[in-house]
Amino acid sequence: MSFFLETLAGGLLAGVMYALVAIGFVLIYKASGVFNFAQGAMVLCAALTFVTLTERDVPFWLAGLITLAIMVTLAVAVERVVLRPLVNRSQITLFMATLGLSYIIEGGSQFVMGASVHELDLGISDLPVAIGPIQLSSFDLVAAASAGALVIALWLFFERTRIGVSLRAVADDPQAALSIGIRLPVLWATVWAVAGFVALVAGLLWGARQGVQFSLTFVVLKALPVLIIGGFTSITGAVVGGLIVGAADALAEIYLGPLLGGSVSTWFAYGLAVAFLLVRPAGLFGERAIERV
Amino acid sequence: MSRLSRVLGAAALAASLTAPFSLPSAAFAQEAGAPAAKQYIPLATYRVGAYASSGTPVWGGTIDYLRYLNEVEGGINGVKLTWEECETEWAVEKGVECYERLKGGRDGSPVPLFLPHGDPITKALTEKSAADKIPLLTTGYGRTEAIDGRVFPYSFTVLFSFWSEASSAINYIAEQVGGKDKLKGLKIATVYHDSPYGKETQVPLDLLAKTYGFENIQIAVPHPGNDQSAQWARIRQIKPDWVFLRGWGVMTPVAIKTAAKTGFPVDHIIGGIWSGSEEDVRPAGSVGKGYLAITPFPAGAEFGILKKIKAAIVDQGKSDLKDLKSFGSVYYNSGVIETIIAVEAIRTAQARFGKRPLTGEETQWGLEHLVLDEARLKELGADGLVQPLRLSIKDHEGGGAGKVLQWDGAKWNIVSKGWVKSDRELLLPVIYERAAAYAREKGITPRSEDTAEASAK
Amino acid sequence: MPPALAAALAPVRRPVLPALPVRAAGLALLLAVAFVAIPLTATDYWYNAILIPFLIMALAGLGLNLTMGYAGQASLGTGAFMAVGAYATYNLLLRLPELPLPVSLAGGGLIAGAVGLVVGLPSLRIKGFYLIAPTLAAQFLIEWVFNQVGWFSNYASSSAISAPRLVFLGYDLSSPAGRYALTLTSVSVVMVLAWRLVGSQTGRNWRAVRDGETAAAVIGVPVARAKLSAFFVGAAVSGVAGALWAFAYLGTVDARSFDLDRSFQAMFIIIIGGLSSLSGSFIGAAFIVLTPILLTHLSNALLGGSLDGGQISNLQRILFGALIIGFLIKEPNGLAALLGRLRHPAR
Repeated sequence: MSFFLETLAGGLLAGVMYALVAIGFVLIYKASGVFNFAQGAMVLCAALTFVTLTERDVPFWLAGLITLAIMVTLAVAVERVVLRPLVNRSQITLFMATLGLSYIIEGGSQFVMGASVHELDLGISDLPVAIGPIQLSSFDLVAAASAGALVIALWLFFERTRIGVSLRAVADDPQAALSIGIRLPVLWATVWAVAGFVALVAGLLWGARQGVQFSLTFVVLKALPVLIIGGFTSITGAVVGGLIVGAADALAEIYLGPLLGGSVSTWFAYGLAVAFLLVRPAGLFGERAIERV
Repeated sequence: MSRLSRVLGAAALAASLTAPFSLPSAAFAQEAGAPAAKQYIPLATYRVGAYASSGTPVWGGTIDYLRYLNEVEGGINGVKLTWEECETEWAVEKGVECYERLKGGRDGSPVPLFLPHGDPITKALTEKSAADKIPLLTTGYGRTEAIDGRVFPYSFTVLFSFWSEASSAINYIAEQVGGKDKLKGLKIATVYHDSPYGKETQVPLDLLAKTYGFENIQIAVPHPGNDQSAQWARIRQIKPDWVFLRGWGVMTPVAIKTAAKTGFPVDHIIGGIWSGSEEDVRPAGSVGKGYLAITPFPAGAEFGILKKIKAAIVDQGKSDLKDLKSFGSVYYNSGVIETIIAVEAIRTAQARFGKRPLTGEETQWGLEHLVLDEARLKELGADGLVQPLRLSIKDHEGGGAGKVLQWDGAKWNIVSKGWVKSDRELLLPVIYERAAAYAREKGITPRSEDTAEASAK
Repeated sequence: MPPALAAALAPVRRPVLPALPVRAAGLALLLAVAFVAIPLTATDYWYNAILIPFLIMALAGLGLNLTMGYAGQASLGTGAFMAVGAYATYNLLLRLPELPLPVSLAGGGLIAGAVGLVVGLPSLRIKGFYLIAPTLAAQFLIEWVFNQVGWFSNYASSSAISAPRLVFLGYDLSSPAGRYALTLTSVSVVMVLAWRLVGSQTGRNWRAVRDGETAAAVIGVPVARAKLSAFFVGAAVSGVAGALWAFAYLGTVDARSFDLDRSFQAMFIIIIGGLSSLSGSFIGAAFIVLTPILLTHLSNALLGGSLDGGQISNLQRILFGALIIGFLIKEPNGLAALLGRLRHPAR
């Protein structure tokens, strides 16, 4: 039993890490209606910038600020140059455009900062911690706490501030939002900037876990089922979806993997997502009907 | 507008897109006039993409050694070397494109051999290279069955095949527990990258487990392997005595980190060839201390040839490395080792065919008659760096041993006593069987050993 | 062809194909180039690195275009269908050696089509962009199956499959020219079939479903059947492409040769080339397959020596991404439409 609990807890903590990436997707989807595949490249870019700076003895806080500034600039540029000309185009076209964008960001980051692997030490120890009968990692707990704090901050930002309310108005009906005087460019830029910030947090936590290297971009593949399960438009959904995917993956790998030959987690989350989609097309917390062609 | 006309237009556009391609020079006048002075060596590299971090130091070692040969030794027996890079991004179709583009040679020099750098690319080139008579040289990767040169005349899985890697790792564990008879009853878990490369050791480990009586546990990690909490939870449950880690890319640092946080002793994890570089361990941070790895590419800057390269190339600012920290690293040294083998094969072939740029067919002969014994390695300054090798038509591997390295938190130290040999006598019959099966499936008539022996005289 | 003759012949033809003889002449010319002129001049490099991958990816794009461009069913499972085609053809060649090569190829395609049909089942309930979820699930699941189940690769040590001898009617097709001939013939045959199909009632049903499902249902189009048939046909065409990719192009492949990147490539091909345009698949494939090669040649010529290989490759990646975005912005209907405007500026 304690083994089951431990697997579950480990999976849930991994799920928090997926949720962190998924939140970035949700923000941009809410504002621009695009599934931003370049979010993975943004995570890489943020982590690489940060670690390149700290390796040159820039203090953490300053490196964080500079990286954030770069991410915001990048986000605004993407919104201007790529997404605005593509407004009103099909979702799949937008999706493919962000795929092209990811080539640019990946190539650009590696062009400027090189392709080596960097170690990122955030000063958080990563050792086993016993909690009752189960054993967890101190780093994962800190990561979960950070993710929790981030979610609360975002929730406050989007529920309690004017810009958050505007965002919901835009997500509901862009035309109506425009007609009551919401300035879309400002709104878009803000949301993309916040998404850049989320990418930085995700990049730092993932980077500390696995080293800062190209494969950070692969985290997006796990974010898609998270979003389908949680709904594309809900931050809460992203978190819950992340937890479900993390736990399901871990349990499937342990209990199903040996029966089927292992590595079931490559597709299990997607299978689960399809099941959710068939039963509840809008996702657990999604707002919009899916019959949108 | 009709569809047909658009098809037509499509062809026109396609044609205009391809128009700027120049046809590569296919034929060169080998017999006419003076032979080209320089031996051309194409380099398939991956400096971008997911694996660039491991590739970049390899080309550093390769190019630095080639530069050293040209500048200090005047090439190979006076034949200078020239090379050209082609980016593959480790992707198979790009690798094929590179091979096709470069195989024609350059400036009158044919291609003596091709280093595909990547397991999938190697597989895709196996037959093409045999048809073109260009040897594929793969060190520490490539088809294990290609050890049988009777079936695979142009594939050279030199040094340390994946099967030998597995066997040497088991033999190192045997050394640690006090002999092969003590392996009985041990639990040895292999945590592998779930890809053809990762699964390659399942057959030999199965055989070794049956022979020595240890328990063989196989745990797959799906690509890319950036979350392994489930796999290591299973390991915590099974409690194996040793873990053999066969990772690739990001999978290795994540495995080490996850092992540490689930409380598995890192000094009982033995990484395989592609889990045993600085680039694999450094991102894991301080918890990587004590981690082991078996490799045919020992790290260190104190080998004779490395000192020479340092003095003549690196210290002169002529190194290909951007980050000199990588000098003497596992991957840097792998580039040097691979190039030493390639160059010595060319040298061997030159002794028979003359001191001029060689063709693939001639170099194939050189490879199959390559002998790098202790004395020759000492001459090269590569003793301890390159294991003694003796290749033949029946043995395209030649060595089959690795050294075990241990990470001390900042660098690798060699902890095995010399080279840890694999049980080749146990594995070779199975390998020959598999090669024969391949020959049957493909309708290949294996070369007979006698003809090769005759040509050797 | 004299204009008078063309005019005389034109009215006989179906109205969808005005001035057919001119086009027929053009098509004949194109086929003559592809079947005669190229084999007379091409080198190994042209066959192995350019022509064969271009034709195969065009075919894969064509498969996706039938499903997505004509019938409006988004799919990121092209790579998986290609894998099914490759592994199915391999097993047919291996286990039923008496079957001639074209039959095995077609059989591989049909098996891929059947798998596509199953993958398409959720399309009866899920619409639009969200359809990429089940097709992605298929993409990962199928890659995993071929990696896990040894039977499909005849228990090869690394689950890689390699082409048995390619022989047809006593001709050995394993030379570059032979593999090109095999590819070109397969692509031509499939192209003709696809062209017939999109002009048929099935094709009209597909377009009706794409343009408005409810309306289509009202006028009596069998919507479910149209969707599933689109998945079946698209996957079958992609399956043939996969078999050719494995045996006519690479020779030896494993499941990862058909990973998500391949699906993305097919998607790029049809979006950049042109949705619901048969020629668009070829134009898109030319762009996606050839641009990186072209960039390599150009940058080697322009920048060779001044930057190291890694920097050049990163620049190429940036440029490739920028070109993709540029074309997506400038050409909503794909390069096929651009080409159409170039040929008929008045329209």
